[in-house]
Amino acid sequence: MSFAKLTVTALVAAAASASAATARDAVRIVGSSTVFPYSQAASEEFANQTGAPAPIVESLGTGGGFQAFCGGIGEGFADITGASRAIKKSEFDLCAGNGVTDITEALIGFDGLSMALSRTNDFDWDMTLAEVYQALGAQVEVDGEWVDNPFQTWDEINPDFPAVDIVVIGPPPTSGTRDAFVEIAMHAGCEELDYVKNGGFDGDWVEENCSRMRTDGPFIEAGENDNLIVQQLNANENAIGIFGYSFLYENLDALKGVKLNGVEPNLDTIGDQSYPVQRPLYFYVKNAHRGVIPNLQELIEEYVSDNALAPGGYLTERGLVPLSDARRAEMQENVISGKSMDGPES
Amino acid sequence: MTDINTDQAKAERFDWDGAEYSARVNKRKRSELRLKAIGLTAIAAALGMLFLLLSSLISTGYHAFTQTHIKFDVTYDPEFINPDNLARSDYRGLIREVMRENFPEATDDDLRMLSGILSNAAQFKIRDRIVEDPSLLGQTISLNIPVSDPYDQLNKGLINRDTPEQFRRVNDAEIAAFDVLVSRDVVTKPFNWALFTNADSRFPELAGLKGAIVGSFYALLICFALSFPIGIGAAIYLEEFAPRNKVSDLIEVNINNLAAVPSVVFGLLALAVFIGWFGMPRSAPFVGGMTLALMTLPTIIIATRAALKAVPPSIREAALGVGASKQQVVFGHVLPLAMPGILTGTIIGLAQALGETAPLLLIGMNAFITAAPSTPFDSSTALPTQIFIWADSPERGFVSRTSAAILVLLGFLIFMNAIAIFLRNRFERKW
Repeated sequence: MSFAKLTVTALVAAAASASAATARDAVRIVGSSTVFPYSQAASEEFANQTGAPAPIVESLGTGGGFQAFCGGIGEGFADITGASRAIKKSEFDLCAGNGVTDITEALIGFDGLSMALSRTNDFDWDMTLAEVYQALGAQVEVDGEWVDNPFQTWDEINPDFPAVDIVVIGPPPTSGTRDAFVEIAMHAGCEELDYVKNGGFDGDWVEENCSRMRTDGPFIEAGENDNLIVQQLNANENAIGIFGYSFLYENLDALKGVKLNGVEPNLDTIGDQSYPVQRPLYFYVKNAHRGVIPNLQELIEEYVSDNALAPGGYLTERGLVPLSDARRAEMQENVISGKSMDGPES
Repeated sequence: MTDINTDQAKAERFDWDGAEYSARVNKRKRSELRLKAIGLTAIAAALGMLFLLLSSLISTGYHAFTQTHIKFDVTYDPEFINPDNLARSDYRGLIREVMRENFPEATDDDLRMLSGILSNAAQFKIRDRIVEDPSLLGQTISLNIPVSDPYDQLNKGLINRDTPEQFRRVNDAEIAAFDVLVSRDVVTKPFNWALFTNADSRFPELAGLKGAIVGSFYALLICFALSFPIGIGAAIYLEEFAPRNKVSDLIEVNINNLAAVPSVVFGLLALAVFIGWFGMPRSAPFVGGMTLALMTLPTIIIATRAALKAVPPSIREAALGVGASKQQVVFGHVLPLAMPGILTGTIIGLAQALGETAPLLLIGMNAFITAAPSTPFDSSTALPTQIFIWADSPERGFVSRTSAAILVLLGFLIFMNAIAIFLRNRFERKW
């Protein structure tokens, strides 16, 4: 019967190519969804330039990336992982426990987190981080008391703001963007409040009490899809969205950034670190795979080359904010020579 | 007797034309009309939703089916081309030279901007031509080169020229340069074949579905190769040979339940067993196909059993009566007659598998890969996961490409379902 024949042929074909699958010839990159576009760009440029097999880039999130990266040494495990924060001690220990002791860290640049809204809104938004926290935190200070967030409209926080409902659309808790926003913007804003400043609370208290976003309505969790947030901002001119700077950069015709502490988000202010909400972007290389996985060393050289990372390079064209020339040169030397990193403090 | 008489009298006295009766008839007619109206509203609502979906997809997606190109004369000037290393010569410099010929008065800064009109692939397109045919050195050929995404958007009218300059992706000087090219009649907008012949790319103007289509094809092939024979085997045994007892009842209940298990569960199973224990490669269509086979199996078993059941007992009895063995009856008579029904069920199961996303995300088939797979063991994406990746990309051009990819996926689904309907109508036997 022809179906049986087809089936048998397919199985034979599958079995025949099984031997080809045993040796991996493409580099595997995993890690943060924020670093993903940059890894994409470096991989594509590398494959186009050299004709080598296209590297496989997977977006697993920073934590998921380290899980896959630190699983062990061998063809089944990733060679490079991207991260939107430095590696944690627990992750470094996980790596070491699985035999991955020789890791090189590469700081490739910075990424700004922007708050933005539709250009049809004509108010010139300029907030302090404390005001951001007051609008979004689950618990805030009111008349010297630490209470559930009562603010419903912007003018209740600062009389200069318009009297419109607070509507902020942001990423869900599973997102690295959310983690970074809480850690950088919310914690800093919380620490600026008089109650926290004068109360003598330590970092643990801030961690425990200032990490939760409010759940009573004004803060809306969108999905992981930042394009969806952009669409919602176009539909509601009073809604403010939170997302990576690259999405604001691509949509500057429809959206404008909210100034934070008087600084507008753009490539310059993120680059000189005057814009307060930004994070470093890294990738980590498993040195035991250098020279074993074909093309790994060449891909790394392409990734950290001036062509990619210098101002005007193709990664900066995608929204990456570059390092200073001196730091970049030092990083390039360390990464290409495969300098092993020391374990992080915490 | 008298009772019956009075009853008859009563019945005779009922007035069929009376107001009471016609009121009751009218009431029944009204309730029937109401039911019809509710049914029609339901259908209209469903059609409205479908129309909304399709019209929003088409209205955003149709832009992606064309791509702006510019026709240039390219001279392979030995100044830029190193004949000993054609693969890595200065093609960026060559493009700059092409732009200088077209805009003789441009400064160096202008030239950088002008080179940006062309897609990043221009250098590779120019390179590939001369690598293919080294005799082109020193010659001039005419090449059709795609423009980069912002200019493509501009040419399609998706960038509003009235927006203040600093908020636009292309500034006034860039628009002016592009308009000069338009006025020279070198700008064309042909059908975007790259959408089907290129694999994924970070540049929207180069991104295509080839990797995803080939990946989906391999995954479906593996899925078919596994689930079709196993599913039919299981169904034949259960339907024709298995004794009716508690064990077979239990198996039947389990199969019916499996058909309703959410697909993400199969993805987790595949991640733990196929990739975790057996050490199979991540992102491979082979593993994707096995995962989808797990999902499709119950559908095929149920469809096959229904088709076997529909073959009338007289066929079996006649065959047994002339001395055929049980096996001869099943494979010689029952199975061929049930085949159209089995195929219909299989195709519908495969169409479902084609659109399945969740299990593929878990086994890593949402990776970014710029080459199409050449075997089922190479890493690749599938159509639904490619849609997932594009929907998440910041570049504007991916908005229309996401819709276009959805339309392509819908096209494949409609095609597969049409085959299923054709097979059913063509071969189905009425008894």
